[in-house]
Amino acid sequence: MKPPPFRHVAPRTVDEAVTALAEADGHGKVLAGGQSLVPLLNMRLAAPSVLVDVNGVTGLDGIEVTDDAVVVGATVRHRDLERHAAADAALPVLRQALVHVAHPVIRNRGTVVGSLVHADPAAELPAVLVLLGGHVDVVSRDDRRSIDAEALFVAPLESSLRPDELAVSATFPRLAATTATAVRELARRHGDYAMAGVCVAVDRDDERATVTGARAVFIGVTDTPTLVDLGEDLAGQGCHDLDTVAAVARARDAIDPTDDIHATADYRRHLAGVMLARALADAATGREDA
Amino acid sequence: MTTDHLPSGDPGGTPGHAHDHGSDLPADLVESTHAVSVTVNGRLRRATVPARRLLSDFLRHDLGLTGTHVGCEHGVCGCCTVLLDGAAVRACLLLAVGVDGRAVTTIEGLAAEDGTLHPVQQAFHDEHGLQCGFCTPGFVMSACDFLADNATPTRAEIREGMSGNLCRCTGYQNITAAVETAAARLAETGQDPRARCAGNDPDSGSGAVARARMGATPNEAGTTGRGPAGQGPSSTGALDDGPGDPGSAVGEGDA
Amino acid sequence: MTTRLFGQGVPRKEDRRLLTGAGRFVDDLSHDAWEVAIVRSPHAHARIVDIDVTEALDVPDLVAIHTWEDLPERMQQPLPLLIPHPALTAPRTQFVLANGEVNHVGEAIVMVVARTRYAAEDAADRIRVDYEFLEPVVGIERAAAGDRRVHDELDDNVAAHLVQEIGDARAAIDAAPHTMSFRLDVERSASTPLETRGVYARWDADEGHLRLYSSTQAPTSVRAAVATILEMDFQDVECIAPDVGGGFGVKIMHPWPEEVLVPWAATVLGHDVKFTEDRREHFISANHERGQVQHLEVGFDDDGRILGIDFTFLHDHGAYIPYGLIVPIITSTQFLGPYRISDYRVEFRSLYTNTVPVTPYRGAGRPQAVFAMERLMDKVAAELGKDRTQVRAINLIQPDEFPWEFGLTFQDGRAYTYDSGDYPTSLDMLKDLVGWDDFARRQAEARDDGRLLGIGLAAYVEGTGVGPYEGGHVLVEPTGRVQVATGLSSQGQGHETVFAQIVADVLGVDLDDVEVVVGDSSRMQYAVGTFASRAAVMSGNAIALAANKVREKALRLASEALEVDPADLEFADGQVRVVGSPDTGLPLKMLATLSNPLRYAFDEDAAAATQFAAPADPDRPPVGDDDEPGLEGTDFYSPVRSTFASGMHAVVVEVDPDTSAVEILDYAVVHDCGNLINPTIVRGQVHGGVGQGVGGALYERMAYDEHGQLQNASFMDFLMPYMTEVPDGIAIDHLETPSPLNPLGIKGAGEAGVIPSAAVFAAAIEDAVGIPIDAMPISPSQLHHLRLAADAPASTNGQP
Repeated sequence: MKPPPFRHVAPRTVDEAVTALAEADGHGKVLAGGQSLVPLLNMRLAAPSVLVDVNGVTGLDGIEVTDDAVVVGATVRHRDLERHAAADAALPVLRQALVHVAHPVIRNRGTVVGSLVHADPAAELPAVLVLLGGHVDVVSRDDRRSIDAEALFVAPLESSLRPDELAVSATFPRLAATTATAVRELARRHGDYAMAGVCVAVDRDDERATVTGARAVFIGVTDTPTLVDLGEDLAGQGCHDLDTVAAVARARDAIDPTDDIHATADYRRHLAGVMLARALADAATGREDA
Repeated sequence: MTTDHLPSGDPGGTPGHAHDHGSDLPADLVESTHAVSVTVNGRLRRATVPARRLLSDFLRHDLGLTGTHVGCEHGVCGCCTVLLDGAAVRACLLLAVGVDGRAVTTIEGLAAEDGTLHPVQQAFHDEHGLQCGFCTPGFVMSACDFLADNATPTRAEIREGMSGNLCRCTGYQNITAAVETAAARLAETGQDPRARCAGNDPDSGSGAVARARMGATPNEAGTTGRGPAGQGPSSTGALDDGPGDPGSAVGEGDA
Repeated sequence: MTTRLFGQGVPRKEDRRLLTGAGRFVDDLSHDAWEVAIVRSPHAHARIVDIDVTEALDVPDLVAIHTWEDLPERMQQPLPLLIPHPALTAPRTQFVLANGEVNHVGEAIVMVVARTRYAAEDAADRIRVDYEFLEPVVGIERAAAGDRRVHDELDDNVAAHLVQEIGDARAAIDAAPHTMSFRLDVERSASTPLETRGVYARWDADEGHLRLYSSTQAPTSVRAAVATILEMDFQDVECIAPDVGGGFGVKIMHPWPEEVLVPWAATVLGHDVKFTEDRREHFISANHERGQVQHLEVGFDDDGRILGIDFTFLHDHGAYIPYGLIVPIITSTQFLGPYRISDYRVEFRSLYTNTVPVTPYRGAGRPQAVFAMERLMDKVAAELGKDRTQVRAINLIQPDEFPWEFGLTFQDGRAYTYDSGDYPTSLDMLKDLVGWDDFARRQAEARDDGRLLGIGLAAYVEGTGVGPYEGGHVLVEPTGRVQVATGLSSQGQGHETVFAQIVADVLGVDLDDVEVVVGDSSRMQYAVGTFASRAAVMSGNAIALAANKVREKALRLASEALEVDPADLEFADGQVRVVGSPDTGLPLKMLATLSNPLRYAFDEDAAAATQFAAPADPDRPPVGDDDEPGLEGTDFYSPVRSTFASGMHAVVVEVDPDTSAVEILDYAVVHDCGNLINPTIVRGQVHGGVGQGVGGALYERMAYDEHGQLQNASFMDFLMPYMTEVPDGIAIDHLETPSPLNPLGIKGAGEAGVIPSAAVFAAAIEDAVGIPIDAMPISPSQLHHLRLAADAPASTNGQP
């Protein structure tokens, strides 16, 4: 399990990076955290001719918390964001999701933007980006564009980035102060990809302790993260005595899990509903993710 | 890097520049080589490596630091965990060329020069936290990072924080105890667990030199331990690094 | 007198090097050896039509490529059948490189040697092998059906068929007031040590000497096998198992193809060569275990007394059967556990499948056996409405009934006879430890809160310390340091510490002055290996015997020098001294020097031992006819039969009613391995076994698809437990029933922790959810479907 031969370039600027990608003519790969890419290289399941290592590119390591959003640069590690107090205060769902990403040592190195563009349907952060309606900013030698979350995820492990494009940042829009979030998942082992999981956002009328709207994005049970609006099923209900039966039924219809060696599709569908019910209760009551 | 690792007749890389080889080779065999300078356990090491050389292989086979073990090469087992600028990372998921200019601490960089074990190492010994010892360096390095982050963990936090390392021998019971014991001892001394242990013997070697070397260990370079570390010691002193690869292009000392 | 170290939980001598990165594992030993990569079959069953290496020749650092056809004739033969058995009528073993046919994914086909593993993999990737596909035989039932065959020339897939019977099981069952029959399945798993296999060969062409390092549990056997296959004198081959990063059984298999190929390559290429297996290779080319389909029929009376059992099982041994019938024979016999069963018939068939071969993995057939017997006990209790511990208690062999002779033949070919034990006390201790009698109340209270708690228990007896023998060598250096060697190797069991404890006690020296070397054939060439929980029993006793020889000699020398009766001398503080007069004595180091009459004095101590220094009798030879120079001793321990350790485990689990996830609340172990040399190390062994058992019961399986592809050949998908999956806190109580069979009164402890896992978790989960659990391991998904099928009370709407 040793990587195949490749060339390594270490650009210092975004311009140099995207030039290198363009020159790679479709055979280049961006290396940031490498926590997904390097295993694929070691197993020789990927064989790029050029690795464009963006870890030394200046200006990509920032976390910016604005009135509207949390903007995360391409080389920001999961742990950096997890530990960022202002980001957590602005968008608790980030940390709620990040603690489920593998293990601390992997989070020390893996990047937030990298895990988005890797587009693994079992990953947590793509679901968060879709839940929040965020976007990713990408740059190529001749172009610069913003890709909305819903357009970013094309298929399992396939994003809409072109091979010559570099994702330079992700923007996670902030939620209204009255919207609460929760993340629930069940993995075989702690830190594994979930058999099923969900991120939810619940809009609350805190004076009346009622729900005014709710949305969910599932993890590991859909090909790409997809927003399911549950407002119709939940609006008007009391925060502390939610009846989630209709929401769960709707969600189970909306997802499309498959069998694998760890769980059947039917179990995943069932489990997704259980996770949803629990996450909705967490968010509606303000309970911390268990 | 030993010349064995390079296509025969290759002149080797130029420091600071990538060098492509093998223009006559089939496209899928073309690779670049790179000059790298890495501060390892406080000592600057220079080498020329192929782009694909994993940090784990670089440490083990180019620098002779075989305490960093390789158990899976896909980032799951944690045996190869080292500190990169103070943060625990998988050496099998990093390229040697990717740590150019950075500071790495391995299991060989924890015990004091007088042989005193680092508090985490000592706790693993005292609590029988190891059996075959293959996973142990990874656990110790992970624990150093974990305890730097959380100096007073609960047992539940230890289990969560240390959950990225596999052990097949111990059933983890005594590893949990070892981390708990190490936390208590570190709390007494206030030592940064990512730094080389200072040692007990005031007479060991030249105190001034020893202290100077300690001061240059990567993890004491910055208060956060996350920033780039200072240069390694520019003096002569050999720490306990391995012998390096005979005949290799690995260099050390002043850059 | 110095405090006796036997029985003390002293910290380990081997820790320092392992904690500081100074351990020496095989892959640590060479940085300039040429490296091997193996082209392995991607297909489960195929004929090899053509191998084309042309493109591989472009790889710059390539050294050599070898296929079966390139091997000398002596290496073109199948590898040995290590343990023949009369019932093994159709044995097949693999070739070091495939000879025209591959029978499992991962089988070795081509060896590539290159200057680096990177380059070797580059070349291996560029070798094209053309195959003609054959139908794969995957799964025990497919193999039993026999419509497809793994080995064409055989009539079916049965390698062996063995029946053993005591009493008349059929008649006893037919006459019993109650009968029951059922099926129990156990899936495949594997040892998966964190250090993969590795072998490194150094060939000294000038001396004609081969030094082999292998990550093995049996270095002397590897040496013998390699010397034999390479047609070399044994004295020209040495094998060292340096630090070994876990074994758990898989490294008892030998010789692996690579253990033959690598030294051969070193000799023909004239260069150091090594092979370091990678993790994917380990999954598909290092052996597995556990897969069995088991059918039971039992007759019992109203009290739950077992009257007769008919046990029939199918054992999946994979594509080849190099290790013989050890695993199914262990299942056949150890099934009986601590119970007095007189009418018993067992029949098994060992079947070929197109999967990785099967050889022992920690527990070695016992986890399956205990799963069968303990599920049986639970089913009898359920049928009679009795407490599960009551049914067990009434069937236990009583402490005054030892030795208990069953009349069966064990895996070592010796009588299956238990030497000692106290099973009723074990059961009482376990009930106290886990709170058995109070559990019903706890379970009911939890149920009122909507929580599903369950408790299970399981008992086992483990034959440990199997023969034929091990040896020990003890030598007192003129420095006073004591050098100890035994030939078997260590994989984390702390042998350097426990063997040093034994020797330090016998010779009255400090633990730090004893240095133990294991696994080096040049230090002890007669040895068997580390398996079957035998190292402490076999080598421990051999070393004790050898140390006593040294003690006797030291006593004689001291007695002569001091002119004191040996009965008045004691060993303490590194001296042999007069009892009650500690200032009168001689240091062992001096006795070591005196034991070796010298012509040349190289230091002051040696001067005292020269021929001219001592007033010796000029009419006697300096070394007597019945004496040898040196203060050293070698001895061997060879028992008539195995000694039987025992234990009982209990677990309390909670099943999430919505997700069917299983959480472990309490785990309790009562363990009896006779006298404890080092309780801390024994506890560590038990912890590790329990951790592995948690994996085996709830997480780990080998997920083969119908094509024979292993779908989870990585640590991503083979779910070895992390710290978060093993319970925090395992309660352990020791019972010490000494073995009468060996001088130290000890029994083996290495495997015990893992043996009852499948049984104990199945029982607890069954107790929690109220439906039979007859197949292990079990995942939340599987449990969910079982509960759905049984229409068990479960929330299906997802309400928490």
